Amino acid sequence: MKHDKIEKNLGLLMLFTMVVISIGGLVEIVPLFHINDTIEKVEGVRPYTPLELRGRDLYQREGCYLCHSQMIRPFRDEALRYGHYSLAAESKYDHPFQWGSKRTGPDLARVGEKYSNEWQVQHLVAPRSVVPESIMPNYPWLLKNDLAFADIADRLRALKKVGVPYSESKAEYEANVKEFGAEVAEMLDIQKAQENLIKQAQSGNYDGDANRITEMEAMVAYLQMLGTLVDFSQYDEGHFVQFR
Amino acid sequence: MSNSNQKSGGAPSTGHSWDGIEELTNPVPRWWIWSFYFTVVICIIYWIIYPAWPVGKSYTTGTFNDITYNVVNKETGEATEVTTHWNTRALLMADMQRGKEALKQKAYMDEVSKASFNEILEDPEKMAFARSLAKGIYGDNCAACHGTGGTGVVGLFPNLADDDWLWGGKVEQIQATIEQGRHGYMPDFKNSFNAEQLDAVTEYVLSLSGHSMDKKKVASGKRIFNGQQGGCYYCHTTKATGMVAVGSANLTDSIWTVADVQGAASLEAKKAAVKTVIADGVSRKMPAWSERLSANDIKLLTVFVHELGGGK
Ligand code: HEC
Ligand code: HEC
Ligand code: HEC
Repeated sequence: MKHDKIEKNLGLLMLFTMVVISIGGLVEIVPLFHINDTIEKVEGVRPYTPLELRGRDLYQREGCYLCHSQMIRPFRDEALRYGHYSLAAESKYDHPFQWGSKRTGPDLARVGEKYSNEWQVQHLVAPRSVVPESIMPNYPWLLKNDLAFADIADRLRALKKVGVPYSESKAEYEANVKEFGAEVAEMLDIQKAQENLIKQAQSGNYDGDANRITEMEAMVAYLQMLGTLVDFSQYDEGHFVQFR
Repeated sequence: MSNSNQKSGGAPSTGHSWDGIEELTNPVPRWWIWSFYFTVVICIIYWIIYPAWPVGKSYTTGTFNDITYNVVNKETGEATEVTTHWNTRALLMADMQRGKEALKQKAYMDEVSKASFNEILEDPEKMAFARSLAKGIYGDNCAACHGTGGTGVVGLFPNLADDDWLWGGKVEQIQATIEQGRHGYMPDFKNSFNAEQLDAVTEYVLSLSGHSMDKKKVASGKRIFNGQQGGCYYCHTTKATGMVAVGSANLTDSIWTVADVQGAASLEAKKAAVKTVIADGVSRKMPAWSERLSANDIKLLTVFVHELGGGK
């Protein structure tokens, strides 16, 4: 019996089990990195601004993804309820992505600009005050806690390491100007991360409190941009079919 | 299966034995083996008809399984037929254009899109369609603020189920509200009034809706309301009945949308509620929907909301 050897050697058994299981994943995932059409060519998608990024961090800290997906699938019922299906390009700067599959609450991929900032704040602090049937938890501390952003530049640097085009050198900045335009390129400058975060928080005043920058500020800034980057009205219906 | 156990009694042992139960080297049952081969065959058929294998920077797209759908050119409005290999996005296009449910809905939608508001309101069949479809659209998009029944939240989101409108209750006005959104804005008067003046204006405002208030204060409040210092008449009119153009509230009826007067137990609490609104001002935003919802959806919603409010 040749498999005696494997069955009696735990280390070997584990190794081969892992090899066999990873084959399934590898043959499905790896080719996608090499196929041209995986990520659609589309205008408007950009990395998160520093404030939005902090909001995204909080989204993960609070475990919002446990109840909310961010992936509209190409089905009629989803199109009617949520809008255009999600593009791969729309999460190309996500590390990790927030697609998810658990929908205790609605999908959030296109929730940006759907509601007012005031609603978002009210709903996060006390969901049942606006949606009596809701089973979403209260997140009152988002409005109480000051947003920690002293390390924002390091956060951008970490993402830069995995390929998100935040800029540090002049050349990288110039490349961003070319790719995203001057206004966005400015926002992606790591040197100015803190300054940009404060600027966006003050001009947006997402939490309705003009004197402070709370965690709510970042969370609402993030929620309000979800799914808004691509202007689908500039593409023919069915344009994105060609990428599949 | 006790039966096969007995049959295979003679198979050699693997040498594993637990508490006298021995593991034998029987082959797996034949039906199992054949099902396994069957799945392999299915797999090969799958490779042929669906996108399956990566090839260089592309992939095999499958055959015998094409999907045809229409693409409408944005500028010319001309529809061209496109046929492509099987994929979920094309499947969605085809489903939206040719699916059974989609076609059923489209027949009604086409009629609604041609019909005027009056034609819809007067035709029970169109109204039934509008009600059933708009209820879903309303639930997905509006209920979070205005509540499932349209009753809103006092202070935050106006009640749509009463016959009182800030921005007008005619269908055209409701349609404009939904398409463009609205910003209900009233400045704060914290720094314009001293405590006495604020009190007087509050007394006057409450007197308008039939509360019996202090006569002297009401008189001086009225002067402030209609004078330069308050300037309330500028938005609320001198009769205080409100103005559709700026979405200002009618202060002479018993319906309150920002100040929670209905919910207040005592006259003192009512005064406090009104005072807070005057001191802090109001800024409420109704989002615009013309980009998120189609013209037909908005038309149906308009009819739905119009009916919610009793239809003026
Ligand atoms: C226990 C599950 C649960 C968790 C955790 C949760 N939600 Fe929700 N969420 C819901 C449910 C259910 C709804 C639908 C009812 C409602 O609107 O409150 C909802 C609705 C929403 C909506 C409105 C969506 C729409 O289109 O109407 C937003 C935005 C939202 N949640 C954000 C968040 C954020 C941000 C977090 C993390 C801080 C979070 N949720 C955590 C269950 C959850
Ligand atoms: C983010 C919360 C929010 C959502 C979502 C929302 N509204 Fe509103 N809506 C408001 C607010 C706030 C006002 C009041 C504006 C003001 O103060 O003048 C309003 C006002 C209105 C009015 C005018 C009421 C009046 O008295 O004149 C109508 C009609 C209306 N909404 C319909 C809708 C419909 C239909 C939808 C769904 C497509 C919708 N709203 C979604 C917040 C919302
Ligand atoms: C710039 C225009 C403007 C001026 C000036 C103004 N208001 Fe208003 N007022 C509004 C609007 C608009 C609303 C409704 C806000 C909404 O629904 O979002 C409102 C609402 C109110 C309400 C709440 C009504 C309710 O149904 O809850 C009161 C009370 C009120 N105003 C009193 C006053 C008084 C008193 C003054 C003068 C000191 C004044 N307003 C000046 C625009 C104005």
